[in-house]
Amino acid sequence: MPIVLETVALDRHFGGIIATNQVSLRVEKGARHALIGPNGAGKTTLINLLTGVLRPTAGRILLDGRDITALEPHRRVRLGIARTFQINQLFADLTPLETLGLAVSERLGFGSDWWRLVGSKAGVVDEIVALLERFGLADVMDERTAVLPYGKQRLLEIAVAFACKPRVLLLDEPAAGVPEAERHEILATIEALPKDVTVLLIEHDMDIVFSFADRISVLVNGELFVEGAPDDVARDPRVKAVYLGESLDG
Amino acid sequence: MKTDPSPPNVSNPVAARVSARLAERARWSPLEIAFWLAVVATVFFLPNRHLILTETAILGLFALSLDLILGYAGIISLGQAAFFGVGAYAAGLLAKYDLITEPVLALLVSGAVATVVGFITSFLVLRGSDLTRLMVTLGVALVLREIANKFAEYTGGADGLQGVTISPVLGLFRFDLYGHTAYVYALTVLFLLFLLARRIVNSPFGLSLLSLKGNPLRASAIGIAVNWRLVAIYTVSAAYAGIAGALLTQTTAFTSLDVLAFDRSADVLLVLIIGGAGYLYGGLIGAVIFKLMQDWLANITPQYWQFWIGLLLVIIVLVGRDRISNWTAPIRRLTARLDRRPVATGAIVGKRP
Amino acid sequence: MLTILFDGIAYGMLLFVLACGLAVTLGLMNFVNLAHGAFAMAGGYITVVLVNRLGVPFALGLPLAFVFTALIGLVLERTLYVHVYRKSHLDQVLFSIGLVFMSVAAVDYVMGSSQQFVQIPDALHGQFDVFGAGIGKYRLLIIAVCGALTVALQAILTKTRFGSRLRAAVDDQRVARGLGINVGIVFAVTFAFGSGLAGLGGALGAEILGLDPTFPLKYMIYFLIVVTVGGTASITGPFLASILLGIGDVLGKYYVPTLGAFVIYTIMIVVLIWRPQGLFGRVTVR
Repeated sequence: MPIVLETVALDRHFGGIIATNQVSLRVEKGARHALIGPNGAGKTTLINLLTGVLRPTAGRILLDGRDITALEPHRRVRLGIARTFQINQLFADLTPLETLGLAVSERLGFGSDWWRLVGSKAGVVDEIVALLERFGLADVMDERTAVLPYGKQRLLEIAVAFACKPRVLLLDEPAAGVPEAERHEILATIEALPKDVTVLLIEHDMDIVFSFADRISVLVNGELFVEGAPDDVARDPRVKAVYLGESLDG
Repeated sequence: MKTDPSPPNVSNPVAARVSARLAERARWSPLEIAFWLAVVATVFFLPNRHLILTETAILGLFALSLDLILGYAGIISLGQAAFFGVGAYAAGLLAKYDLITEPVLALLVSGAVATVVGFITSFLVLRGSDLTRLMVTLGVALVLREIANKFAEYTGGADGLQGVTISPVLGLFRFDLYGHTAYVYALTVLFLLFLLARRIVNSPFGLSLLSLKGNPLRASAIGIAVNWRLVAIYTVSAAYAGIAGALLTQTTAFTSLDVLAFDRSADVLLVLIIGGAGYLYGGLIGAVIFKLMQDWLANITPQYWQFWIGLLLVIIVLVGRDRISNWTAPIRRLTARLDRRPVATGAIVGKRP
Repeated sequence: MLTILFDGIAYGMLLFVLACGLAVTLGLMNFVNLAHGAFAMAGGYITVVLVNRLGVPFALGLPLAFVFTALIGLVLERTLYVHVYRKSHLDQVLFSIGLVFMSVAAVDYVMGSSQQFVQIPDALHGQFDVFGAGIGKYRLLIIAVCGALTVALQAILTKTRFGSRLRAAVDDQRVARGLGINVGIVFAVTFAFGSGLAGLGGALGAEILGLDPTFPLKYMIYFLIVVTVGGTASITGPFLASILLGIGDVLGKYYVPTLGAFVIYTIMIVVLIWRPQGLFGRVTVR
């Protein structure tokens, strides 16, 4: 399968701290690629670098072969990368309907139209409806996001990213903080994502990782430590050592 | 006035609800219509108050300009008077030196000048925190005031711009001593600009402003070029403020350094806070209340009325703007689009079927 | 030229004493106190009343101005400001503007709107002649007093326990509380002290800056410039910023009088665009 997202020797330093160290990651088109590692390994930093929230100290990022290292976040979204945040980043005072309407309008190119009404262009309504239904948000569509239960907010977080019709979807711990009763909806939704969307997933929950992913990359201290198919990674003694905190000597 | 949203897929109740909600957002509520009817009525039923009503309309327009950036984009400005003053002086100079004599044309040109100034200074408010923005907006207004002061041979300096005469509006309507022409003129301008603002805030652009006010990180993560939107709305806001300033000059045939003073920026901020920011009518309602208060207090303590304004500000903050806006919430809810009327197709608003 | 430089330094040090309270308040309580100038004005007027009308000696009038203004600051902080700390920056701005308006009008009512002068002792009138440059005696006093204050402030901050508590609280309030530091008392004392300093600065500066009811509004922007250019991470930042500002303003007004204060505002805007966090430190207004 072709490589849709690639980093080349990506570095990120914060003063003396090396958060990302020569990371060369390759994500195949259509993959369900999981990124795991102990806390502080630099997973979210890597997502921030991929989306442009942080600038790398060195290295390049390629989307479908195109160098996007210098592009600002919103321009990368236009090219097809979207993300969710580990802690929900939503518009507290807007409703899911408005939030998704906004994302869809932006994507369709008339986000800056000031003279028409939201939803007056053909197709916007249909897309909003499709999103609401896919993510189970139709019954809460016009409540303020701030008052929604956390599970619904998490679904909205994913829905908003999905509304951008990304080619690559970066999910940062999608099930984090979600109460047990609402988790299955999130997981089912992720499972049901279309096959042509490439998914890079950060997760701590190994059950999710091993049931969902077809490839795993392990990040430790900002470096790519081990990569491979789930079974291989699961059996690798070095990975176990890292997670159990044993020292790594050679 | 508005295009209808795409016809709903009636067989899908969710789609019907979505369409209906989107359509509702911009629908004129009965209370809004009543408001404007009442405003128009003042033209006929309060003829001897037209002078102060003109001031109120201008103040309302000025506050509306601040609402666009404060209420919708979250930019705190202590220097909105900068654009007000630019528009005022532009109109004054155009009239005094007979550069453009027809008021409506002069109004547009003055607004254009303020727009340019707004555009240029908009890049200053993109970076930095709230405090930085406060400083920068304050600084810009002070700089402009200094400029106006230094070039006193053109601007009249502290004495103000003398010898301004305003020709009849559209060549037909002469400005009279009672302010009749002035009021209708100011009100028309206010109404037209209000319609435009209403259109803007209900558009995708307007929605994106709310999003980047609430969460600029998320806004850029869905592809919004946050900085350009801010530049755009800041520029529009400057245009509105400039037109308000120009109106003041045209209706009073005078302008002075007052239009650029800090007091003016602080007053308009107070006006907007009184009425409530973020729903467009706050500036107008606040202007009415402010003018009423000013009128009443000026009779009691003409010289020290600033004290009471200060006290009001302190009280408003201590009581809490949230609590105060709760008192006006019923009114605001009616003008906003949170109406819970049943959908046209009869589907019941509530749980997913 | 030397005289002008000297004047600029005096002016700058005066600005520092006036503004450092604001810098600490902003850094410590994350509070935008636009009413800081009102405390300076209060100090000035208190000194006028004490020295001119009650015959108190000038040397006593200054510390009394500090004490009275500090007391006013303490009272206001405990009764009013404490309710506004948690509110949004917009609310803080509105609140402090409200206080400014109230104080300006109140002083106008009580003392009249004309400019007031403090009767400084005869010994402080006139100049020394140093290498052909005129060094104003009063300005020399300002430099001496403000210099001593700066040194004392730095010593308090770095060498006393209160200073460390203050620095801890500025750095991270929650952690400081967790360490058992009574942040409320730190706030109150710091605010009072900062207001007192402002009052002292107002008393000292009445002669140079001009004391009338519009003082807080006129000089608000200067204090804000000092704080934003100098940052709130240290004493040295605002100190250097004040000196720069003082020299810049005096030089500007002397050599390019047509531009006047224009220069200062432009410098401020340029600095803010270039480095929003100030030239010297973090103004992290969260």
